[in-house]
Formats: sequence, structure tokens, C-alpha cells
Amino acid sequence: MSKVMGERPKALLDVPLHYCPGCTHGIVHRLVAEVIDELGIEGKTVGVASVGCSVFTYNYFGCDMVQAPHGRAPAVATGVKRARPEDVVFTYQGDGDLAAIGMGETVHAAARGENIVAIFINNAIYGMTGGQMAPTTLPGQVTQTTPYGRDTSVAGTPIRVCELLSSVKGVALAQRVTVDSVKNVKAAKKAIKKAFEYQMAGKGYCIVEVVSTCPTNWGMSPAESLQWLRDNMLPYYPLGVYKDVGEEEAKE
Amino acid sequence: MAEKVLMKGNEAIAEAAIAAGCRHFFGYPITPQTEVAAYMSKRMPKIGGVYLQAESEVASINMVLGAGAAGVRVMTSTSSPGISLMSEGISYIAGSDVPCLIVNVERGGPGLGGIQPSQSDYFQATKATGHGDFHMLVFAPSTVQETVDLISDAFDLGDKYRMPTMILSDGLLGQMMEPVILPEHKEPTDDKDWAAKGHQGKRAHNVVNSLYIDPKELEDLNFKRFEKYKHIMETEQRAEEYLVNDADIIIVAFGASSRISHSAVDMARKQGIKAGLIRPITLWPFPEKFIKKHVGHAKAFLSVEMNMGQMVEDVKLTVKDEKPVHFFGRTGGMVPTPKEVLEQIIKINGGEC
Repeated sequence: MSKVMGERPKALLDVPLHYCPGCTHGIVHRLVAEVIDELGIEGKTVGVASVGCSVFTYNYFGCDMVQAPHGRAPAVATGVKRARPEDVVFTYQGDGDLAAIGMGETVHAAARGENIVAIFINNAIYGMTGGQMAPTTLPGQVTQTTPYGRDTSVAGTPIRVCELLSSVKGVALAQRVTVDSVKNVKAAKKAIKKAFEYQMAGKGYCIVEVVSTCPTNWGMSPAESLQWLRDNMLPYYPLGVYKDVGEEEAKE
Repeated sequence: MAEKVLMKGNEAIAEAAIAAGCRHFFGYPITPQTEVAAYMSKRMPKIGGVYLQAESEVASINMVLGAGAAGVRVMTSTSSPGISLMSEGISYIAGSDVPCLIVNVERGGPGLGGIQPSQSDYFQATKATGHGDFHMLVFAPSTVQETVDLISDAFDLGDKYRMPTMILSDGLLGQMMEPVILPEHKEPTDDKDWAAKGHQGKRAHNVVNSLYIDPKELEDLNFKRFEKYKHIMETEQRAEEYLVNDADIIIVAFGASSRISHSAVDMARKQGIKAGLIRPITLWPFPEKFIKKHVGHAKAFLSVEMNMGQMVEDVKLTVKDEKPVHFFGRTGGMVPTPKEVLEQIIKINGGEC
């Protein structure tokens, strides 16, 4: 007797994804869709796609979707949420979108305690445009636009988004996760679910940063990429909860 | 019969939008439009609406995109430099076929320019508000009452054609007080079946999007959109004519400069010069039909603008080389006087001034 152990989540449409082999976007898409299914909210969820590799998320998620200009997803999501407070609204943004061109919109959406969820994919590189330096590119990391390695005296230092946002009062949840192992995938899903639940409870802005890979632009195999993530990304971007109003409330 | 009240142009804009069923306003402070936002911040919380001060014009236009995509009647207001910042978002709004109202209370430019009234955003409003092939419906009121009336039309036509609309006002119209009769209040509607507002499990997902990677698909969509624009150009042109039927010299002027030109026409008539005025109410579509009617009998046209000569290009395109087209303008926040315009009329008429 064979038994189906895992099916495609309903909120993830049955269409081919365009992502490169080994890219972790697929895992994160699945986790978001599973959470939407488990909470039974697909019919009242609106997703906001950003610009970058994840721009086509509007073709993948079964909920209603809006595609935002580069970096503006938090502002677009603010408009959706203010127009439809009863809806659940999330953005899905990469590091260039969220932490470079969209940092202003991100910080201010957070400061307003905007009731939205940001799924933040940090893979330390611009994937869609072919591997340029991102605001999260590590010191010394070689990219198309840092061919000699990121020289921090010229190109500045990588931004730790969760740490930065943890000081903003409107933030309800800022958590960094990764998806390099079964254990970590499970933890990532738990964080994403908590973020959606917090929004539904009206707690404020929630961000789940997923430390991710980009095998194509890193020039590595998928397995090498995961190892490079563990050896290089995680020491600079430690996993953990940087802010959680739920825990703070429990302590009080 | 509604009561006549004395209102400042900018405040009338806000109240007219509320009367038209708008309950969502996103904006950022800039002179000389700030009274629109201030009025909204006072009124919206009292009527269950949303007033939100964004961190920038870039953010506010994208909040407009989000709320418009979610299907509600939404607006923003700003002044010239703010429109420059919004142009990216306006292009996305047009490319996503999202209706919304954008108010530009113009000030002098370029750059930080000044805060006095100007009409130097004509090109920006009618030709190139952002990247790509698109248009907005652009209305140019000349009185506070007309501003009020056009706001309702702008919202309705934006919804009808699924496109952004603009009220092109200026610091003069925004700051002046005039008596107005406010329209009856309309209830906000929520009937846009294309909107991204949650499918409730009752339909396939809606996607509000402006990205089309397949060039053929994008070209087809642009063709389709321009079919719509063609229909609008044929059916939505608006202008007011004043003493044009026997006119030798026809002024073309909109907004604040049309009021000045109106006085100049009266002064010219008193001197026996057959002057007239065509006042475009829609700037896009440009009311070429109204001008073409009079090319035969007019001896010359004069475009009067508060800029260095922008609409005059559309007048020339319409008149072609059949009759001379002149231009007179003041810029940088300077407002022409009726006497200055009269001098131009006399000069064109062959006289000394």
C-alpha cells in the first residue's frame, strides 16, 4: 500500500516555478502556502510581489496578488491593508528589494506597526539581474560588481535587517531562519506561521528573514551552496528571534 | 438645493473627493497643496476613512497603487516636485490599469523651483508622467466650483476606463477662496471584480500586475490600451468657448491663465478687436475638436500659459500651418496680467502697444 505523504499545498498553484535548481525560493514558497492552507485564509489573503527573482510569485500563489515596483512592496501592502483591514497581507521580497531600494518603505511600514508580514529572502546577491552586490553581500564576497571581493572601505558593510528592525517599536516579530535542513525548515515554517497569526491578531509588522542560497550566481552546486551558507552566511547573520512581542507580553 | 459655501480651493478638493465616495487618502506634505492633506486628516477619521501621511511621495503613490488595486476609491495630492517622485508609481498604476485620482497643485520649477503658482507641468501631465506608453485623463479646472465638479467626474471616469486621472490645479486656484455648491454625497462602492481583495474561495485569483516578459503579449496589451485611449480622445474632450464664433484672434488657455485671458478678451472686445477664448478643460485628451472648428475663420491663435511654452505645441499640432500660432507666458511663479495679454492681442492684430 502506498500512501501520499506530502501534497502540493492548495495555496501554491500547480504551475512550473521558474527558479534555478537548488534555489531555496521553492521551499519558502511552499512554507508560505502551507501556512496559508493551515490557517484557512487563502480567500482573504493578498500577496504583494516585489521585483527580483521572486517577481513571478503572483503566478504561483493562489491568493489574490499585486505586483509592486522595486522596493515599494511595503507601501503597496500598506495600501492594500488600509483598504482591506480584514484581509491578510504579505510581501515577498529579496535583499535588494527590501534592504537597498526599499529600505525607507520597510523601516516606515515597520515604524507604523503596519499589520503586514514581510517574507524576506536574504541570499546576499542580486539574482534576477545576474549576480551583483546586494546590501547583504558579505565582506570579501565576489559578485559581478565586486569582482575583487566586497571591499567594505569602498562598498560599505552588509546590513543586518532583523537586528536593525528589532529597535523599531512597531515591529511585532523579527526572526531570522534558514532552510538548509529539515530541522531548520520546520523552524522556518513555525516562524512564518507565527507572523501570519500575529497579523491576524493585529500585533503589527512582522518580518521573517530567510537566509537563502543562490547556487547559480554564487557559482556553486546546490549542496556546496548550503555548506557555504552554513560556513559564511550564518556566522554573519545568526539565526534567532530578534523581537517577539508575544514573548515580551508573556514575560510581563 | 445644496447650500453655497465659501471655500479655499485646496479644501474644496478634499471635500469634493469625500463627497465622491473617496475614503482613502495617502500623501506627503508639500506647499502649496498642504491644505488638502490637512483637511483630509481632520475629516477622514470622523467618517471611517483613512488618512495616512506617508514617508515620501514615492511611498504615498505606492500606497495609492495598493489601495486602488484592492478596489477602493483612492487619491493623493501633491505639488510639482512630488509628481516627479511619483512618476514611477504612476507608470505602474497605468500599466496595472488601476484607477485613482492624483491632484497636482502646481508650483514653479524646475528643481525645487518656488512655491508660487505655475503651469509648467503640462508636458509632465499630458505627455510623460512616467516611463512607458500610457496616458492619464487630465482635467484643468479654472474655478473652485469647477474643481469640485471635476473631481467627481475624474473618479467616475477613472473607474469607467480603469486608469489614473489627474486634476491639474495650481497654487493660485488652490489658495483662492470662492463660493461653491458642494455635490450630494455618494456612498463608497465596492464592485470591482478585477480587484485584489481576497477571492473568498469563489473565483480564481486576481493579479494586478504590469509585468509582461513576452514582448508580443506586452505589445498586444499596449495596443488594447491605446484602443481605449483612442475612444477617450474621440469622446471625452472638453473645453469651454468664449466669444469664439466671430473671433479673429483666439486665445487658448487653461486653468488660472484662462481667467486672466478671459479678462484680456473682454478688454480687447471693448477696443473693437474680435478676440475669443478656448479654454481646455481636458488637457489629455487635448480638445483639438474645439480648436479645429475655428481654424477656418480665426486669423491667429495665441496660447497663454504660466510656463515657457508647453501647450502651445499641441495648439500648433492642431492648427498645423494653416494659421499663425503665438505664445505668451510668464514662468517661475509669475502670473501674467490681463494687460500683458491684451498687449499681445493688439500686437498680433497688427497694432502697436
